[in-house]
Amino acid sequence: MPAMLRTLAQRLGLMSDTFPGGIHPEEHKLSAGLPIEMNALAPIHILPMKQHIGEACSPLVSVGDRVLRGQKIAKAEGYLSVPVHAPTSGTVVKIEEHAIAHPSGMGMPSIFIESDGDDAADASLQPLTDWINCDPTMLRERARVCGLAGLGGAVFPTFIKLVKDQRYPIDTVILNGIECEPFLTNDHALMQAHADEIVVGLAMLRHMVGATAALIAIEENKPEAIAALQQAVADAAMDQVQVVVLPVRYPQGSEKQLIYSLTGKEVPAGKLPMHVGVLCQNVGTTKALHDAILLGRPLTERIVTVSGDALPTPANLCVRLGTPMRSLLERQGLKSMEGVELIHGGPMMGERLRHPDIPVVKSTNGILALSHGFMSAAHSVEQPCIRCGHCSEACPVSLVPNLLADQCRADQFDKAESYNLFDCIECGCCSYVCPSNIPLVHYFRYGKGQLALQRREQAFAEASRQRSESRMARIEREKAEKAARRSRVRKAHAPAASDAKTADAKVAADTKPATGTDSKEHS
Amino acid sequence: MIDFALILLSAVLVNNYVLTKFLGICPFLGTSAKVETAVGMSFAVMFVMTLASTASWLVQQYVLIPLDLLYLQTIFFILIIASLVQFIEMMIHKTSPVLYQGLGIFLPLITTNCAVLGVAILNVQQDQSFLSSALYGLGAAMGFALVLILFAGLRERIEHAPAPAAFKGSALALITAGMMSLAFMGFSGLVKV
Amino acid sequence: MSNLLYGLLSLGAFALLAGLILAIAQKLFRIEGDPMADKIDALLPQTQCGQCGFPGCKPYATAVAGGEADVNHCVPGGEKTMLQIADLMGVEPKALEEEAAAPRIAFVREDECIGCTLCIKACPVDAIVGAPKQYHTVIVDHCTGCELCIEPCPVDCIDMLTKPELIEHWSWPLPDTKRSQLAHQRRGQHAGHA
Repeated sequence: MPAMLRTLAQRLGLMSDTFPGGIHPEEHKLSAGLPIEMNALAPIHILPMKQHIGEACSPLVSVGDRVLRGQKIAKAEGYLSVPVHAPTSGTVVKIEEHAIAHPSGMGMPSIFIESDGDDAADASLQPLTDWINCDPTMLRERARVCGLAGLGGAVFPTFIKLVKDQRYPIDTVILNGIECEPFLTNDHALMQAHADEIVVGLAMLRHMVGATAALIAIEENKPEAIAALQQAVADAAMDQVQVVVLPVRYPQGSEKQLIYSLTGKEVPAGKLPMHVGVLCQNVGTTKALHDAILLGRPLTERIVTVSGDALPTPANLCVRLGTPMRSLLERQGLKSMEGVELIHGGPMMGERLRHPDIPVVKSTNGILALSHGFMSAAHSVEQPCIRCGHCSEACPVSLVPNLLADQCRADQFDKAESYNLFDCIECGCCSYVCPSNIPLVHYFRYGKGQLALQRREQAFAEASRQRSESRMARIEREKAEKAARRSRVRKAHAPAASDAKTADAKVAADTKPATGTDSKEHS
Repeated sequence: MIDFALILLSAVLVNNYVLTKFLGICPFLGTSAKVETAVGMSFAVMFVMTLASTASWLVQQYVLIPLDLLYLQTIFFILIIASLVQFIEMMIHKTSPVLYQGLGIFLPLITTNCAVLGVAILNVQQDQSFLSSALYGLGAAMGFALVLILFAGLRERIEHAPAPAAFKGSALALITAGMMSLAFMGFSGLVKV
Repeated sequence: MSNLLYGLLSLGAFALLAGLILAIAQKLFRIEGDPMADKIDALLPQTQCGQCGFPGCKPYATAVAGGEADVNHCVPGGEKTMLQIADLMGVEPKALEEEAAAPRIAFVREDECIGCTLCIKACPVDAIVGAPKQYHTVIVDHCTGCELCIEPCPVDCIDMLTKPELIEHWSWPLPDTKRSQLAHQRRGQHAGHA
């Protein structure tokens, strides 16, 4: 729809200028406005081999090696992968499986580094102070080599997005400073403290993808951050950069919803923001990009919000990757884990942790300690759907959650897929509003998992069938060749004394050298 | 022109063959478990009904009445219907074996579908022009298709609903059909035919 | 009398006409091959194990399409495949005779391998590599777990091991309607990592 028509429709009140649905949960921003505190180095850092979407890394170091902060300790495998770096200097003490923040409770191979306290840094990467004149490809490679992944929680390898594709030119860069999840304030604190670096990072992004316009989106519950960024933009005297303040609504920070609210463009199902000419980056990732290019520092730390109603002192901490979460919770005054539920991430989309002995990774934007009473919904029994329709009203993607949940529960996965199950962003709005307390998102996850499993099995079965068929074809071919050879040899040895000479000649003429060492051949 | 529209409207909604005249209940309940099967069945029935009623009208006007063979009406009509069903069966078997398998026995049972014979006989009873009769047949077929597909959609939605065990399956389906029939009663009096 | 004659003649003529049209239609709508067999084959897991009693998945599919075999013979496919075939054929689902085991992968103990190539010849999907007098080994990604290589091995050096569960392939289970029970269960299950 042409932009003019859309604006007209919105002015007349015929079309909404923001995404449909959404909810307004209690913000619980207990740590809002608190300055970033530096967390002390942990004695042992545990680095899992996969802290991003894509292929797991493979270790480059062995037990006993000494490593420096920022040194590459695991190399990326495949295209969709970024390396892992040592968060501090020390010695590698073991490489084995360790629990990670994953809903399955399964572990992943991890490198254990014992800190030596020096925190000596690896200086192999040069700061690119003249980045404005650098080839964007080189900057993109720097982003990859420094292990950058989306720090908003999705941990998608950043370098993949920073591409100048001629088919899909990017005209707008959006910085996502929304942070709509309750409790989380790490982006808020980062924007307050490092607004200048974020703005420089924005300039770098624009240079890399060749965009002209830039928008920095912040929710209106972060006035200090808004002021800081407005000041930074003014100080940097950048043109075509706008700080946009959006009303508080969950899930405003979801990429596709944010793009629609800001530009009115709808990213089609199954497509990326790149296809509508937009690049969206989290403010944390932008600052990490600034550090990677301007300071030559790989990704070794991030801001984490440690909060929750069961935590005595919430805080925003600057934490090295690989720090055990237990140490952070103890630092903030949590003495016992009795009756405490631990969440990795935000309460809407985060993962429930079984125990606190799990390391901080690139996707850890928050660690929450919530009391049992706070999580009451998770402990209530599911009741039948009363078809109230609240879930459909709340869905930001305009799906019909109760129908999808019915289909997933009844194992009708193909039907669920045709009703756009894969467009669900698992934001949790539907589960939040359901009066019957149905765990809707869990049904969708079950459905998506089963469909992925089905596709994998189908692909394997198809490959097996092809292998089986080519094997059959090969056996037939060998049989036919053998039969042909046998008949030729039989003909050649046919008893006919008078024809012996002609038979010899025949054998000499048409017997292939490979088939036998026939002495008659060389007569 | 208006007359033709009214004939169509009457046949599709007001005097719907399934929900008002209660003919053709067998395939209505038998093939409405899945929407795909229902769509296939409704196309087959539309094909048979329209052609059968038109051919029947022609036979009535040009063979039965002139030759005074009205007592052979039923036999002629059934002959027409059976041939058409055989024809459509072969066509479906060729174009969509999955649909053929899905419809199963209900495809040849279109022959004995009272709605098809009903349309043919009621059509000739009304004694209208060729075009009106053809439209009436088409309208009846469209009404059947409409109701069948709607019912299939409803059945799919309530199939996995948490209904009491005693009501699950055909019981709930029949109650739904009854409610649909009640709803269609709202159209009565819309067209004076 | 003439009325009867007219009746017989007209009916006969009409029947003849209908028969003629149908004969032409039959020629027109002739079906080649058996599309149903291909559709059923697409549902089978292609293990080519022969546990259904047929030498491969395609022969079983053809038999089911022809109505000669029941829908519940595929063991690796399990209940899911049986339901899919029953749905496609439009017949009632039938209970499986034996339970499908957890997926397993063959493993050759190379130290004991004598290089006879008998297992290579037995594998229906060419998942074993090797040559005469050379060690044989199983390509893990290609093995379907059909177990046809176990018997031919003269030194019995092939084991069937359970397929390892990868974290990348983990998927959420169906939510328990008694959510609180699930939470307590999970807490009890977990003995503490690290």
